[in-house]
Amino acid sequence: MSGLSQAHSVVAPSTATRRIAGAIVIVYALVTLIPLLWIIATSFKTPPDSIAYPPKIVFTPSLEGYVNLFTTRTRQSPEMLAQLPPPTTWYDKLVRSRNMVIAGPSNVIPRFVNSIIIAFGSTFLAVFLGTLAAYGFSRFRVPLKDDLLFFILSTRMMPPIAVAIPIYLMYREIGLTDTKLGMILLYTAVNVSLAVWLLKGFIDEIPREYEEAAMIDGYTRLQAFRKAVLPQAATGIAATAIFCLIFAWNEYAFAVLLTSGNAQTMPPFIPFIIGEGGQDWPAVAAATTLFVIPILVFTILLRKHLLRGITFGAVRK
Amino acid sequence: MAEIRVENVQKSFGAFTAVKGSTFTIENGEFFVMLGPSGCGKTTTLRMIAGLELPTAGKILLGGEDVTFNRAAARDIAFVFQLFALYPHMNVRQNIGFPLKCQGMASKEIRQAVEEAAKLLRIDHLLDRSVTGLAGGDRQRVALGRCIVRRPKAFLMDEPLGTLDTEFRDLMVRELRELHNRIGATTVYVTHDQLEAMAMADKIAVMNHGVIEQFGRPQEIYDRPATMFVADFLGSPPMNFLAFRGAVAPGQRSVRIGEAELAVPELREGQSEGELALGVRPEHIRLDDASPFRGAVFGAEYLGTTQIVTLDTAYGQVKARLPADRNVKAGETVGLAFRSERLSLFDKTSGRALRSALHGEAGHG
Repeated sequence: MSGLSQAHSVVAPSTATRRIAGAIVIVYALVTLIPLLWIIATSFKTPPDSIAYPPKIVFTPSLEGYVNLFTTRTRQSPEMLAQLPPPTTWYDKLVRSRNMVIAGPSNVIPRFVNSIIIAFGSTFLAVFLGTLAAYGFSRFRVPLKDDLLFFILSTRMMPPIAVAIPIYLMYREIGLTDTKLGMILLYTAVNVSLAVWLLKGFIDEIPREYEEAAMIDGYTRLQAFRKAVLPQAATGIAATAIFCLIFAWNEYAFAVLLTSGNAQTMPPFIPFIIGEGGQDWPAVAAATTLFVIPILVFTILLRKHLLRGITFGAVRK
Repeated sequence: MAEIRVENVQKSFGAFTAVKGSTFTIENGEFFVMLGPSGCGKTTTLRMIAGLELPTAGKILLGGEDVTFNRAAARDIAFVFQLFALYPHMNVRQNIGFPLKCQGMASKEIRQAVEEAAKLLRIDHLLDRSVTGLAGGDRQRVALGRCIVRRPKAFLMDEPLGTLDTEFRDLMVRELRELHNRIGATTVYVTHDQLEAMAMADKIAVMNHGVIEQFGRPQEIYDRPATMFVADFLGSPPMNFLAFRGAVAPGQRSVRIGEAELAVPELREGQSEGELALGVRPEHIRLDDASPFRGAVFGAEYLGTTQIVTLDTAYGQVKARLPADRNVKAGETVGLAFRSERLSLFDKTSGRALRSALHGEAGHG
């Protein structure tokens, strides 16, 4: 019996394997998380602390970075400051201590709203169009189906930025530069090919019997699609949505080229903060921290699906 | 409940013709089985009856009404799929009630109908369970429940037992037949399993390459196969064929195969000199040392009550079902005797059975 219990198992990992795997995961987590943690820490430092050498790991937290991020300020002489009425709020006080006064709100909130509208809008459109197209490709006899699918995939074979100049010229001609609509359409166009391919895989895995059963039971094809296919494709749709959102949220090159104000998103805005009155690293770090939060929340909400999305196709049900 | 009539129905997919002009009638309340190897067109025929495929030519009548181009939803039929197609995001109750919900029935009535159907299938204790955790047989019952609950004109089933374990399958074969006896719904059942077909069917259509080779009661098809394909497809082990050259004339009562003169049912048609095959079921062979038809024992499979003995003869290998207590030794040469009134004679070129006292006109699809 003891011989049996000590027998080497092919399925259960040995203690050594487990330890090595654990160590690798920890190292990987450190490598990926430390920069993020450092950014978050920096966002709570004062500007002198943020550039102190040797770097400060223990520091007195300050909200100066966040205050600087959300405001525009002007430097004043001490005489001028002395004449002003005493500061009424904590952030006023903080700014005054640096010999400055708040001149008004910064552009960060409109930029953040732009990012949200453009990223979520294009994600919704890409997933919506992608789901319909993938369903069509998966279920119907489409003439030249393979060629069309290859064509759709081929749009991803070059870096999207390679077509930046033609798109810039085109957008200028039709008045889409620096508009939210233009950015939504652009990100949708880039993402829809990914969405079609990913979702076609997921929909192919759903046996067509489901919709046929629903159609026999009295639904039209569209109703059957909604009631029988969509609920089962939810995992795939969620995974695809995350991939599309991450792309649209983080996209930098097109945003720099095609937006300047009205439709500017966070990625081109964040480096722009550095230039305002010295190297304000805490403000940049604060912007980055805030920028990461929505995608973090979205991913945590859908992470179950995301895991399935990454490993999909690896194991057949 | 209704009669189903299929008239000259054809279906082509591009250059490939899946179904070549089938015509048959399924009587009201009949359990009808379409039997054939995969790719023979049986599922396509079923899907055309269901309205999931449109025929290239021909007509389909359901209870006398032409439904050839009606949408599936407009036909009032129920379909059981091989993979059951239970919606994983709904529980058992919702799955069974789904067709009624599609029709917009009030939820109170749905509840009542679902419970009735569940009771009939003895799954009323599972109603609030998720379908993903169910055993194969129970999933099958839920799929059936979804059909019964609608009281449709006909049930169509596409290899519904194909994915079940043998144990469950035998049980479900009995249950399906019992259910049919109780509710008497016209049923079209597609399978490639001859045992399922034999056990359940009132009528069987054997299909091959898009053509119905034979249409009839199970016993008729087994005893009087219309073609060599049917003879070979039904029975385990299948019918033996002794290939020989010769000519036969109407009224002839025996054929000569080598040394042996073998009695056959009186022939009703003749055949000029050509390739012929004598069809013998394994259970119609016994060992008889006096017989001039000789074979050498090749091996034996012991099956408990019987054994299948394989014999090499000059006209091909023959499998005989013999009593298990009959001792045979490999290599031994024995005489074979056949039950003459149960033999079939086939034209080997066309595969067609020649008409005889055993084979009447009937049965030719």
